[in-house]
Amino acid sequence: MDVRAQISMVFHLDKCIGCHTCSIACKNIWTDRKGTEYMWWNNVETKPGTGYPTKWEDQEEYRGGWSLRNDKLELRSTGKAHIVPNIFHNPSMPSMDDYYEPWTYDYKNLFNAPESDDQPTARPLSMVTGEPIDVEAGPNWDDDLGGSKVYAANDPNLAVLTPQQRAQLFAVERLMMFYFPRICNHCLNPSCVAACPSGALYKRGEDGVVLLDQNRCRGWRSCVAACPYKKTFFNWQTGKSEKCVLCFPRLESGQAPACFHSCVGRIRYLGVILYDARRIREVASSRDEDLIEAQRSLILDPFDPEVVKAARASGVHDSIVESARKSPVYKFVKEWKIALPPHIEFRTLPMLFYVPPLAPVMSTKAGDIVSNVSKGLFHEIDEARVPIEYLAKLFGAGDAGKVRAALKKQMAVRVWRRASTVGDVDKAAAERLLREAGSSPEEAEAIYRMTALCSFEERFVVPPAHRELAIEMMEDPLEHKQSAGFGFLSAPRRGS
Amino acid sequence: MNIGYLDPFLFQVFPYVALVVFFLMTIYRYWVREFTYSSLSSQLLENQHHFYGMVPFHYGILTVLLGHVVAFLLPRPLLWWNGVPARLYVLEISTFICALLALFGLANLIVRRAAFPALRKVTILSDWMLLGLLMFQIVSGVSIAIAHPWGSSWFSATLTPYLWSVLRLSPDLGYVTPMPLLVKAHIVGAFTIIAYFPFSRMVHVLVVPNPYLWRRPQVVRWYGR
Repeated sequence: MDVRAQISMVFHLDKCIGCHTCSIACKNIWTDRKGTEYMWWNNVETKPGTGYPTKWEDQEEYRGGWSLRNDKLELRSTGKAHIVPNIFHNPSMPSMDDYYEPWTYDYKNLFNAPESDDQPTARPLSMVTGEPIDVEAGPNWDDDLGGSKVYAANDPNLAVLTPQQRAQLFAVERLMMFYFPRICNHCLNPSCVAACPSGALYKRGEDGVVLLDQNRCRGWRSCVAACPYKKTFFNWQTGKSEKCVLCFPRLESGQAPACFHSCVGRIRYLGVILYDARRIREVASSRDEDLIEAQRSLILDPFDPEVVKAARASGVHDSIVESARKSPVYKFVKEWKIALPPHIEFRTLPMLFYVPPLAPVMSTKAGDIVSNVSKGLFHEIDEARVPIEYLAKLFGAGDAGKVRAALKKQMAVRVWRRASTVGDVDKAAAERLLREAGSSPEEAEAIYRMTALCSFEERFVVPPAHRELAIEMMEDPLEHKQSAGFGFLSAPRRGS
Repeated sequence: MNIGYLDPFLFQVFPYVALVVFFLMTIYRYWVREFTYSSLSSQLLENQHHFYGMVPFHYGILTVLLGHVVAFLLPRPLLWWNGVPARLYVLEISTFICALLALFGLANLIVRRAAFPALRKVTILSDWMLLGLLMFQIVSGVSIAIAHPWGSSWFSATLTPYLWSVLRLSPDLGYVTPMPLLVKAHIVGAFTIIAYFPFSRMVHVLVVPNPYLWRRPQVVRWYGR
């Protein structure tokens, strides 16, 4: 057993209100530089919807992630055999049109326009060319357009639905949508790392954050093509790729990443998990229907004395094991099994998990009256307006069973809480519902606490970085004293 | 036009200036500003003409360059191969086609850079200078192939010994002085490109990703290990 630590994440989709505060926090810190304006390391999509870049989930078009050929993992874009003939022109590289052309407004004109009969306007100006442009797309262009025939209808995940289900999902006044915030998944089997011809991308051994060495990157852009989530980006100004760094400078000082810290709906959870690095390839090569269970089995129990012993042998500090015991991610993913990985069929083993949305919970509108179609107080899972097959395509590798189990447990917790607080539901019936969902009153209380009452410290359990142990012997803390800063600080210009 | 009086400078001094600049500046740039070693791709901004420029240009120029290297390193086997006319024709025609491919690709790349506003924004002066130099070199090379055919043979017999004499630090003007002006221009162009190499985006040639082919798919870095 080769035990490693991984900082991983859970997003609770029922709580996401789609406010984009996370995106703005990230943008202001990391991607407000020239060449990065079009990048959104954190973005929030409306589902059903096409997302950013447009239809990124369609791997027939983008060719990201891994495919399993004769039981062997192969990069769908440019693996070893394909990179040599394709190094000059990457055949799977998206272009800026797939994202959008970033723009600002000609605000100066509002102040400087000569006096005239008309109000001065601030025309949109391209942030690439500086010329006026007609804005035709944006990073959240289909925001809230859940029922749109122009946007949402192109969602690649809708392919699994029957025409009736699609019609139901798009019915006027009954349509359903939810928000899908995305950052880099900091995968265990990252295809961006595997595709990089220069070896510039790497996973940090200590905490599993996937980073991109700017000095080693040569701009071959294989990572952009290889990431199935399209979370590596090409900086057109510096000629280097960039990606979400999980705010590692914040993590190292014990703070949650900016997008987590700023989350208004408190949907985000972060904590460390322990996993067995030796089994990554085996797990990533599982059959589609086994992938979710296989990934769960990769995550080790930090309370198991065997695991603790192995962790110590692998050089994982005791304080990190201690942190893993408090990790909310471990509870959501491994104990409660209500958080699921997004599109695990891409086989990168993403380490960001989603609690699938239950909404709408109570009622539907029949005619002019709001009424309840279900027999019980809450609706039946399978009568939900968002078909379970759709969620299964997103979070279950096509297996509706996994999503149904996660939703059932959430529903049972709601009924249980209703029984304890309002009391109009029979407590015994609520408990029976919990048992049916494979849960218990104790677990229901724990889930309730973690999802509804959670404090900052419960949501973000940042493991100690212990940089002092790793780095003190190698580097002189006074090395940069009285100099301009820490190492490489010149402004990124294009070319030499 | 007789510019023979320049020959000692162009073929005895300039090659050394070019080589010294090449080695010193390439190493210096790698050492001090490794960040600038990038292919500086513009594929994100324009994805279609990129293919019709980059692919023919690179395949063409690499094949032609390989031809020059073979003639430089293995002149005797090359002359032996060319001893049979049919083999000479095959070699000459196929490399000529590659040169035309390179010309076609480079012309596409220049037009592309000039035509798209977004690309003009990311094209710096050194890029235009490099494109100009490469264009000059390819056009002069193609012209030589037309005006003075069977270069694979006469190169091996005249320019290979000249280049070796340069490397042996006793450059022999006897091989280049009688050359036509076109060939002289091509030689000077080549050394100019070598001298300009470390100041341009061409440095990406030196960081072609060879270890990728045998490294393990996943890369992990540790602080303390």
